[in-house]
Amino acid sequence: MNATSVRIVTLKIDDRELSAREDRTILEVARENQLDIPTLCHLDGLSSSGACRLCLVEITGIRRLLPACVTTVGEGMEVYTNTPRIQHYRKLILELLFSERNHVCSVCVSNGQCELQELARKLGVDHVHYPYLMPELPVDASNPRFVVDHNRCILCGRCTRACDEIEGAHTWDMRGRGIETRVITDFSDPWGASSTCTGCGKCVHVCPTGALSEKGRSVAEMVKHKHFMPYLTLMRKEQS
Amino acid sequence: MTPEELHDLCTQEQEAAEQYPHHLYVCSSDPKSILAKDLRQEIKKRDKEKTICVHEVGFMGLGAEEPIVRVEPQQVYYQRVGAEDIDALFDSLDSGKSIERLACETLPELLKHQRLVVLDKNDRINPNRIEDYIACGGYQALMRALTEQSPAQVLEEITQSGLRGRGGAGFPTGLKWNLVAKAQGEKKYVVCNADEGDPGAFMDRMILECNPHRVLEGMLLAGYAVGASQGYIYIRAEYPLAIKRLRLAIKQAQRLGLLGHRIGEVGFDFNIELRLGAGAFVCGEETALLGSIAGRRGTPRPRPPYPAERGLWNAPTLINNVETFANIAPIMKHGSAWFANIGTEKSKGTKVFALAGRVTYTGLVEVPMGVPLRDIIFKLGGGIPNHCEFKAVQTGGPSGGCIPAEHLDISVDYDSLAQVGSIMGSGGMIIMDETSCMVDVAKFFMAFCCEESCGKCIPCRVGTSQMYHILQRITNGQGTLYDLELLEELCDVMQNTSLCGLGQTAPNPLLSTLRFFRHEYLAHILDKQCPAKVCKIHKVMEAVS
Amino acid sequence: MSKPRLASIWLDGCSGCHMSLIDLDDQLFALAEKVDVVFGPLVDTKEFPEGVDITLVEGAVSTDEDHEVIKLIRQRTKYLVALGDCAVTTNIPGMRNSSGTQEMLQGVYPEAPAWTDDLPKLQRALPLHAVVKVDVHLPGCPPPPEMFFAVIAALLEDRIPDVQNQVRFGM
Repeated sequence: MNATSVRIVTLKIDDRELSAREDRTILEVARENQLDIPTLCHLDGLSSSGACRLCLVEITGIRRLLPACVTTVGEGMEVYTNTPRIQHYRKLILELLFSERNHVCSVCVSNGQCELQELARKLGVDHVHYPYLMPELPVDASNPRFVVDHNRCILCGRCTRACDEIEGAHTWDMRGRGIETRVITDFSDPWGASSTCTGCGKCVHVCPTGALSEKGRSVAEMVKHKHFMPYLTLMRKEQS
Repeated sequence: MTPEELHDLCTQEQEAAEQYPHHLYVCSSDPKSILAKDLRQEIKKRDKEKTICVHEVGFMGLGAEEPIVRVEPQQVYYQRVGAEDIDALFDSLDSGKSIERLACETLPELLKHQRLVVLDKNDRINPNRIEDYIACGGYQALMRALTEQSPAQVLEEITQSGLRGRGGAGFPTGLKWNLVAKAQGEKKYVVCNADEGDPGAFMDRMILECNPHRVLEGMLLAGYAVGASQGYIYIRAEYPLAIKRLRLAIKQAQRLGLLGHRIGEVGFDFNIELRLGAGAFVCGEETALLGSIAGRRGTPRPRPPYPAERGLWNAPTLINNVETFANIAPIMKHGSAWFANIGTEKSKGTKVFALAGRVTYTGLVEVPMGVPLRDIIFKLGGGIPNHCEFKAVQTGGPSGGCIPAEHLDISVDYDSLAQVGSIMGSGGMIIMDETSCMVDVAKFFMAFCCEESCGKCIPCRVGTSQMYHILQRITNGQGTLYDLELLEELCDVMQNTSLCGLGQTAPNPLLSTLRFFRHEYLAHILDKQCPAKVCKIHKVMEAVS
Repeated sequence: MSKPRLASIWLDGCSGCHMSLIDLDDQLFALAEKVDVVFGPLVDTKEFPEGVDITLVEGAVSTDEDHEVIKLIRQRTKYLVALGDCAVTTNIPGMRNSSGTQEMLQGVYPEAPAWTDDLPKLQRALPLHAVVKVDVHLPGCPPPPEMFFAVIAALLEDRIPDVQNQVRFGM
């Protein structure tokens, strides 16, 4: 992109006057200015999918709530990132996530390292008022180095994007619809039988919860390193 | 093909038809029907090949009484004609006396109340013969546009007509076309959304099965107007007959030079390809549909950017529904003023509805926008059979709502339907009587949305599942008043936070039944009774499980 | 004037939350000055008394007996605190819900099927708030000791404490 042709716009986020390039998203601009907007599916360095709906923000004059991760800033825009209405919906969305599968933090490899657990704390989810759906889901430990526990998966799609966009293997994808959606490797083969997986482990480290982990980790031992993603993207761009 | 050649072909066909003193138009949507074949054999046997001509048409207007035979020029309709009636039919042609026992009096009566634009002449057109469509004036609007009108003039005509998208949301078609026409891009696409998936809706299937060329012509005109040279029809694989007829229609149009290179001998190229959907309802959502055409998993993505800006392979893309495209050629042929004269101030033209459920005459009807809902159900649908009482009509499929008897007099247009918590939708109408339990109906639609949610965004994926479980509890007699609160809260969170239209509108059937039939929910919860006796309430309350 | 009455009970849990309570160490003396502990694993009272101000409930609601007990407790308690993840989310007891109670029992007691008849009537494990109204949710496995003190202190002042940001599910 030709940097010189990009306009600079001024806008307000949570009543703060800011200026930013017009091709930046609300999320990018907010975070650059130390305004925190919660996200689960978004990860710096990967494309945005707008799936988790936690980054929804209110924009004056627009009735619909819009996801900050894919909405670009505009001249004169007034954005509110933390109104009572948004807080209310964010809590309910998190509660829905907790009710969907078996998220038992106390026995999870990611306990204490988990983005879902941490967001619940931050947003004040102290209990889940929806009935737990409690599906019976498998754990695939066929890969020699990694494990996928579908009980902990929130279907954020980070693993699929990291594998496709950064590693270029596209081992991960989704199958099924609705509540039956699952992440899969290859054509829903066991991970250990995958012929496309390079074993790079990026999927494990971008996973926000304990769904993907390294083997041999016990409760609370799975520390993830996801901050190298933007560097990888940058380096790929420079190479090509 | 030049306009002159098209005109010649049209006259030629018309003159050929005039050679026959008798015409039999046979309509049966059952592809296994051999009535027309039997009739032709009998003609051969009786040596009347020069005097009687049999036409197989895809649409007559009364599906419930098929096979239907229309005798021309007498304009007499016969219903439920079987092989055993063939002799009588030929005898009557000889004697000039009609057969009373087969007479179909309902159909002419039903047609009186209708206004056919989209379905016009479909009762004369054999969907397998492009010549039939041409004989009825088909492709003339295209030829005239290509040779006499600029793309801007076509855009202006469509804008002036006031046509709104027939897929459900009712977005102004002219505005959409203008956006695509103005969008920057070397390559542009025209996409026809034929992924009709609402339960009880079959308008698009019938339009494509009965007259595929009208849709092709609409797409061609759109391509010319917005500057696209490639079109796709995304059609669900569950419509094999429509697919077969579309494939044939595309081949025929290519053969006559109405598709392909230098159409009309002017510098306009346009091709149309089919893409078959694998059965996901969500692929009717435009961004999911475009993803699916491009070979990806069919999941919606956030808009903006809208497809008009960045659609198929990131190129500006015009995407319209089947019925919208079917309206284009008539508008271009008769003019925008003619079209704008039909319907109401804000909803122009006609709308095709598919009547299903507890109604005497199920099938397609086409009426001007703004007719009272009551007329559609009681005049065109013939009311409720077996002396049962009307309870509600579900319009708009899983995104629509249930309209109770007290609102039967609303006019059927985009805005009035929205006011009573439903939507126009694509045109499915499911009529229900006292034997339907409205909680069960809400559960049915929620089960549908639960299965058809793409699973991408959390509110829709988990919300539909939660709501389905709650509705199941209520219909089992295990519901509580708190469950109603939960349902309303879930509806609200889904409407406001779901990614695409499917999730945002999935609560509608539930909300409308809660609004108009709350007493039925309360009967299940408080009295442990299903007023319609549909739900099996567990007599012994099992412990909370 | 008598002191406010505090009770606690241990349903389907591991007693870890009560251990955490004991981890208050010398603060326990301060607590003992403020309240009378009238019922709980640490008190030898058979029946749950009436007129309790605060009851801390550890564990998920899992058996027929749990259902009965918790309903009685709710009737006799002013402020009910769901203590720890088992009471708040069902936590580990809830993990049997996916496969079903029978399957779990057979997995645990494969050799003595007849003996299972005498076991408590297990049901789907439920969080406390699915059965009775809960006033304060204090998640954590276990919740941090200092939170006990804060919650009880607030309730003694008839204030519903705000635990946001201070507790989380898990450890």
